[in-house]
Amino acid sequence: MSQATMTKDTAPTPAPVAPSLAGKRLPRWSPIGFGALSLALAVGVGLAADWQSKVQWGLIAAILFVVLTFIASSAVEGTRQAKDRVATSFVWVCFLLAIIPLASLLWVTVSRGLKVLDGYFLTHSMAGVPGFEVGGGVYHALIGTLEQVGLATLIAAPVGLLTAVYLVEYGKGTLAKAVTFFVDVMTGIPSIVAGLFLLSIMLMFNLQPSGFMGALALAILMVPVVVRSTEEMLKLVPNELREASLALGVPKWRTILKVVLPTAVGGITTGVMLAIARIAGETAPIMLLVFGSQLINTNPFDGAQSSLPFYIWEQYRVGSEASYDRAWAAALVLIAFVMILNLVARGIARWKAPKTGR
Amino acid sequence: MTTTVIPPDSPPSPPPPPPAKATPTRPGDKIFRGLSRGSGILLLVVMASIAAFLTFRAAIAISGNEGNFFTTFDWDPAGNPPVFGIAVLLYGTVVSSVIAMVIAVPVAVGIALFISHYAPRRLASPLAYVVDLLAAVPSIIYGIWGALFLVPYLGGLNSWLDSYLGWTLIFDKTEIGPARNLFTVGILLAIMILPIVTSVSREVFLQVPKMNEEAALALGATRWEVIRLSVLPFGRSGVISASMLGLGRALGETMAVATVLSPSFLFSGHLLDAGGGTFAQNIAAKFDEANEFGRDALIASGLVLFVLTLLVNGAARLIIARRKEYSGANA
Amino acid sequence: MKLQRKNRLRASAVGALAVSGALLLTACGSDNNSGGTGTGNSAAAAKNVKCEGAKGKLLAAGSSAQKNAMDLWVKNYMAACSGVEINYKSSSSGEGITSFTQGTVGFAGSDSALKPNEVEESKKVCKTGQGINLPMVGGPIAIGYNLPGVDNLVLDAPAIAKIFNNQIKKWNDPAIVKLNPGAKLPDSAIQSVHRSGDSGTTQNFGKYLGKAAAADWKYEAEKKWPAPGGQGATGSSGVAAQVKQVEGSIGYFELSYATSQSIPTVKINTGAAAPVAATSENASKAIAAAKIKGTGKDLALSLDYATKAEGAYPMVLVTYEIVCDSGNNPDSLANVKSFLGYAASDDGQKILSQHGYAPIPTEINSKVREIIAGLK
Repeated sequence: MSQATMTKDTAPTPAPVAPSLAGKRLPRWSPIGFGALSLALAVGVGLAADWQSKVQWGLIAAILFVVLTFIASSAVEGTRQAKDRVATSFVWVCFLLAIIPLASLLWVTVSRGLKVLDGYFLTHSMAGVPGFEVGGGVYHALIGTLEQVGLATLIAAPVGLLTAVYLVEYGKGTLAKAVTFFVDVMTGIPSIVAGLFLLSIMLMFNLQPSGFMGALALAILMVPVVVRSTEEMLKLVPNELREASLALGVPKWRTILKVVLPTAVGGITTGVMLAIARIAGETAPIMLLVFGSQLINTNPFDGAQSSLPFYIWEQYRVGSEASYDRAWAAALVLIAFVMILNLVARGIARWKAPKTGR
Repeated sequence: MTTTVIPPDSPPSPPPPPPAKATPTRPGDKIFRGLSRGSGILLLVVMASIAAFLTFRAAIAISGNEGNFFTTFDWDPAGNPPVFGIAVLLYGTVVSSVIAMVIAVPVAVGIALFISHYAPRRLASPLAYVVDLLAAVPSIIYGIWGALFLVPYLGGLNSWLDSYLGWTLIFDKTEIGPARNLFTVGILLAIMILPIVTSVSREVFLQVPKMNEEAALALGATRWEVIRLSVLPFGRSGVISASMLGLGRALGETMAVATVLSPSFLFSGHLLDAGGGTFAQNIAAKFDEANEFGRDALIASGLVLFVLTLLVNGAARLIIARRKEYSGANA
Repeated sequence: MKLQRKNRLRASAVGALAVSGALLLTACGSDNNSGGTGTGNSAAAAKNVKCEGAKGKLLAAGSSAQKNAMDLWVKNYMAACSGVEINYKSSSSGEGITSFTQGTVGFAGSDSALKPNEVEESKKVCKTGQGINLPMVGGPIAIGYNLPGVDNLVLDAPAIAKIFNNQIKKWNDPAIVKLNPGAKLPDSAIQSVHRSGDSGTTQNFGKYLGKAAAADWKYEAEKKWPAPGGQGATGSSGVAAQVKQVEGSIGYFELSYATSQSIPTVKINTGAAAPVAATSENASKAIAAAKIKGTGKDLALSLDYATKAEGAYPMVLVTYEIVCDSGNNPDSLANVKSFLGYAASDDGQKILSQHGYAPIPTEINSKVREIIAGLK
């Protein structure tokens, strides 16, 4: 793959120039060669200096690679080409840097999570299981997450949808501008602040922790995401459709409900699902508002609940091998949940995407 | 169904508002309009009440604080007399976010360029998807990964930095112990904000007028020169706002910091020494032990965090908004 | 339009699938963990539990120092009384007491007895009475360390104080060498680990050092860590986990954390003939010398930290369950009486010593049982 990208003909920028006409070029295999060489050197240096951290080995290899490429290229091809090659390798290194943590995280989660993840784990709570002993499961947290996220979606999806409709179909003037601006700002509210907001309400009115309080905090985090994505989708609906419908004498609200929204339904669904995926992993508000529980509580309006991210945090804090295993297994369940939502959402987006010819 | 025909390469610009003077108002229209307007207003009300409620509880806490809220290096709202101050938290929050920015922004720009200009075309969109996946991983999972996996790994890097860069003082490690410090937190935050900075930058880079790039190529520029001369200048403000969105996220990150950092209320310029704290981490760590007044004190620190993220995000959005007009005229 | 309708159908099918999936999930979960995972002896110990009248849920919160004990009791109790579900949220004594005075929980666990102002506050919840302290679990605070090759580390109170306030920085400091003739102490730095949050464990640790090493430990015994240096970690479990991970580190936590994670602990040179190990029996000997300082039904204890008695491990803490002497919430009263009755029973106290806790001395324990039986 690396070889293919290095050559000009696959670059997305059109009209390949041919500097090769002007002067000598390094052979096509040179990036791979330099890569192997610098990796070998880095491993050698690392072993010689007895560095524990493989991170350092990688960094040294990356630096060596850039330096080697620059020297060789400026000797053979001239400085301009050399700079170009350095930039290319910098960009490649950046990309690899992003892949490494993701790969490592997924690998660690899957390999350690599979240890205790089984049917028993998914269908049992932690009732009566001492934190330092093996056993128990994640069922109560799963129920908590599903209910809290479900409630949050029930609140946030309609509000977000209607706000987006307002902004696109009705919005004019200062109110719309203010709403747009604050929706944007709201996207950046840290989840813990949303939690604190509801906590202050709870303190004020002497309310008890429950799944519903958590769901409210999650809804605050979810609304702006839904608004933004729905807004984008509604803007993509061609105006001719609206005009045609209005010209036939259909009232505006029916036009929106029957023409505009159905046209954009794929994109909207995607947006809502991505928003769900985002809030499903929120821990901070749950920690402040839901109290945490070892038991199954299917009523989100009364009494303590748990949730998957909170469960991970709780098990991490117990700090024994058994609880770490449970934390990783729960992390695997959570990641699977979020990733599946993501995949399905993007699948829908692709399947329903307007054919723009790109 | 011919609904999905959209003129190619038209950016998602808002359609001109549909004819407004339309038909005589019908009850259905009125209700629907009211509903949608109402939910818009509801959002504003929520924002306002977040500010109001937090301010109200914070006022209770601050009036009972015997120390100085901004300069006290301590957090002891349950003590006698109760004292707490945000100096250490502010410092820790800013420092860890700055480290995250210093690492993440160049890398994110690199990835964005890779996806927009270097990667083989067929790979570009799957790669963009992979980067987006990084954003989908819940922060608590980053947290346990950071604490149980990254921290041991960074031990070697820490002692290496200490022995070769220790003279800079900020990399001087004065005590042993695992790398549960602000530097590690910064690295973890960098990984976490990478996706958002990348995806916003990528969008901007893709909007560079093809004409500019082709003109540069026609003059015999190398690919790097094309990027330096036409792509980066065009995308600069976009990258700035993307970075600020990332900054906003780094400032408020809770769980990842709470799991990785070994907190303390000592003020230290040594980034590799364990200790320090951030607003969000402090709330997570102290919440369990706090009585009602302690919770108010935490809410007060949360208010500062709220204002901080509000400013950063607001600024980012303003920059984006201004750039949109500019690019609209250009594209 | 046809296409759209199809899509909508498909969407609702997906929705229906999700809902029925959730229902299916709801149907097959279980709180019953008694099968398979329990250890044999503790399952047998639960035979004498009296479940009389207890049913439904019991919410409790408080000290993490007694979490492991509470976990064991809850496990055995729930195995015996199938109608009762107990949720003990271990966070901190502070939160336990706060939740208790707000009436959220049936009882609270606490590392320290109620303060006078907290007793006043508790009268709001206990309409006809007030909050009382019932000593339920004792335990040694162990000093765990991670020093491969050194098995029987002995320290005395001044040395401990100096290690934790950063005056002794190396493992081969003369003060340590003197206490451990013959041990191979490395020339490496000591990493002390302490609790980052407020905790009763820190407070009891401080009380001990303040009494036994007054010259080297001049800090007030508070819940917050007072001394400079060292790393903070969240919760006893966090401290234990860190000590386990990091070579050259030392930290304090309840013995049960050392037992469950097999971390070696320091023996203390109290001035008695032989250094005293942190064990349940040795802690019981120290607790046996405790005096009741509470009045009426309140059984708050005062401990003698400077004891030089043979084999008495002086660094102990006693955790209390806090309930109303009368005026308990009628919904939870039966559960509280039945559960705490089990905890204070012979069976309940017996499993403590197997897991690094110390039972409460019989004399005090019998009073506890009397009071639990009379709770209203």
